Amino acid sequence: MRDVAVVGFSQQQMKELDGSPTCLEILVPIIQDLYEQTGWTKSDIGFWCSGSSDYLAGRSFSFVSAVDAIGTLPPVMESHVEMDAAWAMYEAWIKIQTGEVDTALVYGFGKSSAGTLRRILALQLDPYTTQPLWPDTVSLAGIQAREGIEKGLWDEKAMAEVVARSMTDAAANEWAIRKGATSIDDVLAQPVYADPLRRWDCAPVSDGAAGIILAAGDKAREARQRPAWITGFEHRIEPIALNARSLTESVSTAAAGTAAGVDGVDTAELHAPFSHQELILRNALGLPGDVTINPSGGALTANPMFSAGLNRIGEAASRIWAGNSDKALAHTTQGPVLQHNLVCTLEGRN
Amino acid sequence: MKVEFDYTRSLGPVLSQFMSALKQHSILGGVTSDGRVVVPPPEYDPITHAAVTELVPVSDHGVVQSWSWVAEPVAQQPLEKPFAFAQILLDGADAPLLHAVAVDSPAEISTGLRVRVVWAEDPTGTIRDIAHFEPAGDGSSEGSASMEFGAPEVTGIVSPVKLAYDYAASPEETKFFRGLAEGKIFGQRCPKCEKVYVPPRGACPVDGIPTTDEVELPDRGTVTTYCVVNVPFQGQTIPIPYVSAYVLLDGADIAFLHLILDIDAADVRMGMRVEAVWKPREEWTTDLNNIRYFKPTGEPDADFETYKHHL
Ligand SMILES: [Zn+2]
Repeated sequence: MRDVAVVGFSQQQMKELDGSPTCLEILVPIIQDLYEQTGWTKSDIGFWCSGSSDYLAGRSFSFVSAVDAIGTLPPVMESHVEMDAAWAMYEAWIKIQTGEVDTALVYGFGKSSAGTLRRILALQLDPYTTQPLWPDTVSLAGIQAREGIEKGLWDEKAMAEVVARSMTDAAANEWAIRKGATSIDDVLAQPVYADPLRRWDCAPVSDGAAGIILAAGDKAREARQRPAWITGFEHRIEPIALNARSLTESVSTAAAGTAAGVDGVDTAELHAPFSHQELILRNALGLPGDVTINPSGGALTANPMFSAGLNRIGEAASRIWAGNSDKALAHTTQGPVLQHNLVCTLEGRN
Repeated sequence: MKVEFDYTRSLGPVLSQFMSALKQHSILGGVTSDGRVVVPPPEYDPITHAAVTELVPVSDHGVVQSWSWVAEPVAQQPLEKPFAFAQILLDGADAPLLHAVAVDSPAEISTGLRVRVVWAEDPTGTIRDIAHFEPAGDGSSEGSASMEFGAPEVTGIVSPVKLAYDYAASPEETKFFRGLAEGKIFGQRCPKCEKVYVPPRGACPVDGIPTTDEVELPDRGTVTTYCVVNVPFQGQTIPIPYVSAYVLLDGADIAFLHLILDIDAADVRMGMRVEAVWKPREEWTTDLNNIRYFKPTGEPDADFETYKHHL
């Protein structure tokens, strides 16, 4: 395997992007920022890969318009996934492993506020017996949360703890949408919205985009003094049928974690769009109590579709660059109620 | 902006039986290799991956396993007023079915509540034949032993999908559309390669940098390439044959698509000089349709050299 590291990360998150669903307005500055961080230009990038969805943009081939942000003369080697950009990064990492390229720029974008997000996401469900009922994301998460509560796996207080810690930590994150010092009592004082969930248990609808630069070996050392080297990169998926798996555990996260290797991790950025899902993920990964969870505030404080997962990897890498972490884990999820999960482990070397 | 599409999906053998049964007010479960009865039935066994072949009727009564309150229903959900989505274990089944339960408040539903199917008035052979569930008291039923198996009546479903978006124009597009309302055509010039884009784009696709300089363009130009539309299609408003062409406005570097009329389709050619025919001024809106079409100017054709880089 080739040694590949994350050497650049740039993001923008907002409640409502005043711009087009191709998010060009924010992708252009993000890509410029990535060039500045690495000192590179377009010609240093060997491969481009993006994650986005036409269902979010409400127009076909929206990712093709987004390619304008790259500049494509001379032509570039480019690919796209209809998934969170963390999976675009997985494709880019494989591309680098093949030896065909040494560097890649990965980006994701989405304007969730253009439609009704919790409704649009019903389109990712089984199209025969589930999607025609339009089960929205919040309802499915509510069913999952209640099942765990009634089985005694967690309670409202444990969920409120996750919310309070996330919002408090997010105070330092300029890109967080829902943030500020918050206590467990503050959370429990909020009215129940989608019983058993409070609004704060659910990630805010967020717009945004993000980009990451990957590089192999010496090329990575050239861009960053302390690159965040990828030590494990795995993803696993579970059945689409909501009655074919246990919703209160995440065997796919556990399997990806085991394959990637979680030993020695001091920091974890977990992509949990609902508070109780962080509890499921922590349990699946078997993270010790002293691991710092979501120092950025995590997805409960901003969850831009198609870049929120990539942000977890970027946030983890940033802590390694800064010397605040020696080994970090980033997790990304997509699909209904934690169907598909990805684990990426990163380490700093001295 | 509204996007609508009726997805037409053919069904495999298992779901054909399942949907046909629903149309007869009966619910089938699939028997999996571990002896469990799963509703809706899977096409393939989750353990052996072999095709599921055994289907058995289950009851239209069951028990709520978990639920969530839908305080603000969204379009096309089973109920328009607040309701609960629930995982419902039907009597005779070993895996729950997700569906709606009609109750007036979260206080009226709890895990363990017995519920029964309310069938839709007009069966369609889809999961929506179960309109929703309602509390059943202590009632139970055996399901429909009278169900007749045989060649399935239903072999496909239609799923209407209606989506609504608030479409925001980018700052460059805003300029462009506002200009159209005043009979002007605005493009944007890339500060690096100096190419002029119309309609304007947020970034130069060559250089990947924002386009910044506004350029007003004339409403005349050159046909760079075109096609003759001979095939009728749904929503067509112009009699065929007619010409759809790329028009390169004078001073622009990218051609855009518009209609060429006031000329026989057979006489349209590359290099032909054309000008815009606008709607009456009082009908102008922020829409490219303010230009009804382009018509020949009568000028000599443009030399190929002048537009060969813009094809
Ligand atoms: Zn340019």
